[in-house]
Parts: sequence; C-alpha cells; structure tokens
Amino acid sequence: MSGESTYNPGTGFTQWLDTRLPILRLAHDSFIDYPTPKNLNYWWTFGGILTFCLVTQIVTGIILAMHYTPHVDFAFNSVEHIMRNVNYGWLIRYIHANGASMFFIAVYIHMFRGLYYGSYKAPREVLWILGVVIYLLMMAAAFMGYVLPWGQMSLWGATVITNLFGAIPLIGENIAIWLWGGYSVDNPTLNRFFSLHYLIPFLIFGVVILHIWALHVPGNNNPTGISVKTKQDTIPFHPYYTVKDGFALAIFLILFSYFIFFAPNVLGHADNYIQANPLVTPAHIVPEWYLLPFYAILRAVPDKLGGVALMFGAIFVLFLLPWLDTSKVRSARYRPLFRQFYVLFILDCLLLGYLGAQPAEGIYIVLARIGTIYYFAHFLVVLPVLGIVEKPKAIPESISEPVLAAKPAE
Amino acid sequence: MAEQEKPQTSPETEQPNRRDFLYLATGAFAAVGVANVVWPLVHQMNPDASVKALASIEVDLSSVETGQSITVTWRGKPVFIRRRTEAEITEARGVAITDLPDPQGDGERVQKDEWLVMVGICTHLGCVPLGQSGDFNGWFCPCHGSHYDTSGRIRKGPAPKNLEVPTYEFVNDTRIKIG
Repeated sequence: MSGESTYNPGTGFTQWLDTRLPILRLAHDSFIDYPTPKNLNYWWTFGGILTFCLVTQIVTGIILAMHYTPHVDFAFNSVEHIMRNVNYGWLIRYIHANGASMFFIAVYIHMFRGLYYGSYKAPREVLWILGVVIYLLMMAAAFMGYVLPWGQMSLWGATVITNLFGAIPLIGENIAIWLWGGYSVDNPTLNRFFSLHYLIPFLIFGVVILHIWALHVPGNNNPTGISVKTKQDTIPFHPYYTVKDGFALAIFLILFSYFIFFAPNVLGHADNYIQANPLVTPAHIVPEWYLLPFYAILRAVPDKLGGVALMFGAIFVLFLLPWLDTSKVRSARYRPLFRQFYVLFILDCLLLGYLGAQPAEGIYIVLARIGTIYYFAHFLVVLPVLGIVEKPKAIPESISEPVLAAKPAE
Repeated sequence: MAEQEKPQTSPETEQPNRRDFLYLATGAFAAVGVANVVWPLVHQMNPDASVKALASIEVDLSSVETGQSITVTWRGKPVFIRRRTEAEITEARGVAITDLPDPQGDGERVQKDEWLVMVGICTHLGCVPLGQSGDFNGWFCPCHGSHYDTSGRIRKGPAPKNLEVPTYEFVNDTRIKIG
C-alpha cells in the first residue's frame, strides 16, 4: 500500500480478473512484495500466530456447534457427548478450549512487544486502539465460551461477571436482569451467550482486517523504532517473513500440542466438570488464567462500584496509552530508564495474576492493592513523567546502520 | 441554483425557512421510527412471560426446627428461610444501627422474630453465602469475603447492601408465600 504496486498478472485469466476485481493485486501487495523492515525479530511473529489462532478457533468452534446443545438441561451432557461419542470430538474440543489459552498467550506477548518497542506511538495510534478493541472482544468471547459447558465455574463465573453490571448506579439492576433474561443466570442467559459467542469471532475477524489495514498504512514498526527511510531498510514480506513466521508458528504449535495431548485440562478448573448448580457456590471462584490480573484489581477495592470501575479502567487506560507516553523515542532500546520500569510493570502484571487466583483475604488483599496502585501509576505517572526526565541514548541514523555496524566486529 | 440559494444562505438574515423545517421533521420522524424498531430488538432480551409466570411460590415450614435453615428456589435464586434461636435474635437486636454499613433494624427485616426469610445471593457479585459462618455468626460469602450477621445484614467485606428480603406473607402459621 505504500509505494507502487509490483503485481504483474501472468495469465490471461488473472489479467482479466485484475481489471474487474484486483483482489490478487491486493494480496500480492499486502503479503508477498510488501516492503517490511529488515530487522524484525521473533517478537514480530505473533501477528501471524494470532491470525492462525483466530482461524483455528473459528473452524473448531463451528464444528463444536454442530454437536452442542445450548440448553441448561442438555448443555453439560452434550459436552460429554462430544468428548465420548463424537468422532474426534475430544480432539476438537481440546483444541478449542486450549486454543483460547494459546490465543491469549500469543496476544499478551504481542501486546507486550508493542509496549516495549513503542508500537503504539504516532503514527500507529489507531493501529494500537484497534488492537485493544480486538483484545476486549477476545475477552468477551472467552468469557461467554467458558459459560457454555454449563459446569459450576461456568454458572458462577457468569454470575459474578454479569453482577458487575449491577454496580452501575440506578439502572444497574435492570441491566443485569436484561442480560440474564430472568432473575439469575439461567437458560435464557446460556442461550443468548451461545448466540453471541458464535457472533464475536466474526466481529474480531472484521476488526483484524482493519488492524492489518492500519498496519499497512505506516508499515511495521521495528526493534529500533526508527522509521523506514530508504528501500535499503526493507525486504519483501515473502519469502523472508513468511518463512520466519512459519518457523515461529511451528514452535508455537509444539507448545499448543503439548497442552492438547498431554495436559488438556491443566489450564481449566476441575469444578467445571461438575454440572451447574444454582444453589451451591464453589468455595473458590476463579476466572480463567488470562483474566486473573483484572480479577485481582476488582477484588482489591473494598467497594463494589469502585472495584468494577477500576477493573474496566485497567483496560480503558490502554486506549489512552498513545497519549500518556510523552517520550518521542519509540524503542525501549534507547530508553534506559523506561526499560527498568517496563520490567517492573511485567512483574506487577504477573503479581496481580497470581493474586487473582488466591483467596481474597489477609496479605493477598494488601498486595493486590499495592499491585493495583502500581498498575495505574505506570500509565498515569511513570510514562508521562519519564518522557520528560529521561535522557535517551543516541539513536542510529537508520535501520541499516546498527545492522551493518555489527557485521565487521565478527 | 445560485439565484435560489442566495436569499437562504446569507448569514445576516438567517431565519428558519421551510427547508430547515423539512430537515428537522424528517430527522425527527426517522429517529422515532428507528427507536420503534430498535426497542423490540432490545426488549426481547428482558424476562419473558414464562419466566415471569414462575414469580411466586408457597413453602411449608412445619418441619423446620429452631436453629434449622432451609433453602428454597424462587425465580431461579436460592431463598434462605431460617428459624432463628433466641441467642441469634438477641445478637441481631443488640447491634447499634449506626455501626451498620447499610443501616436497617432487625425488626424491619422480619415479620415474625423467629423467621428470617431472605434471598441467598450475596449483594456483592451474586454468589451464595455459606450459613452460620463468618465473623458475625450469620453468613459468609467465600467468593470475595463478605460477612453478614444473624439478621443477614452486611457487616464486613465488599458487599454494599444487606441480603435482600423478598416480598412474602404468612398464609397461616406454618406456610409462607414468597413473591
């Protein structure tokens, strides 16, 4: 999309098609001869991995929907039916269930890559915001998907999360009743969650197309954070990055396969193999691992509305990030102070994740409060101040310069 | 075209003309139309007739001894019915109203001192609290650590309100109708 198209239709048919629907030209310019910075490292392969995850979830999800029944009396048994009777049902369900976790592993790495190399800074703010939108949709899809097997965690997780809306003053309770279609999480809730769970991946697909579009206007960021200046800074996407992405995907699939074949339930919760019972709450409700940091923030606040507001605020602050970070230097390579705070921030997120899985009492609450304060301080205090006080290291002239400088040393 | 627009667009003489009126009327009409179409699409998600039809139940209390509780299902939610002991009633009555996060006297929460009837849903995020536990000998919610007393009032923890007392009436001495 930047620069002239190099597409050259070879056959009569492709010439004919090119003057009517230049879709092959679009594909060629976007994924074959697309000029890409020549210094991208393996942290840049997660975009391709995420696309793979999305397609995997859609394909396995469509298959599961052929065998699943979204009704409180049948849902739990239909999942067992998939596991025991449907040909390869166990495989498809385990791919889908673990696929959600793999999707989140990949998206978190992808996001932290963006945070480290300043990929959210001008001119990529819209690209980043679209990414946060995808992340929100992913969380909604994952949450609703977790409700469908109608185990104890499904029911009580859904109860806790839908009750969050009850914290909204005045209209909260009516919103909760509207979401439930009753006075508690019950059959109407399960049925509509199934409908929405089927819808959201296609919304994600649409936003992904916008995300790639917004990526291809300024082009990729890169580990130096320096903009591409000449053609010498780039290489064509194919074969260089198709091969690199493919290799990374293969490694990723080994990890994915490990979970599917050797530890398919390790990321889930045993209580979800007990059928939902509205009269008994499990002793310890925990969401899936990828939502734990936000759950910790929710529980850190001793006030219902305050907890809900901070939890949503923790995601909303990501939308403002491009304007909260005042530093003009993109890559953390040239920001010595930022690098240290970045490590602290990762540790803080991991701490909150750990605390989200612990009971809400004693020292855990105190630590969760400290972790929550630091999480917000990172965005609202550290990043704005750092851009002003930090003295960045000398930045190379171009992408090529550090690459070529490293060569003769060998 | 140019000669027609002249009198209408000069800023000094801006008067609402027939075209402005038509724009507004068309816009208003379209807005009302859209709202009318959207409302059924939104309202279909609210509780339907079959859900509302199950709105009240009757419960027989004759088999519940002092110090025992039963849990019944009403509108898909658990309702705790507890026949309280003297000690529990005294404890509930002995609390200064000003000490409560959601001030309410025990007398306002029961119709007969002995019988405590309330929805067994934590007012924090909707878990079912465990009976006869917690720091106040009432209920304790394991999800996020809310403590309720022997009157079902919130005493400690993140829940904002007391356990909800549903609308109910005694049909006779040993039967109540909830809802």
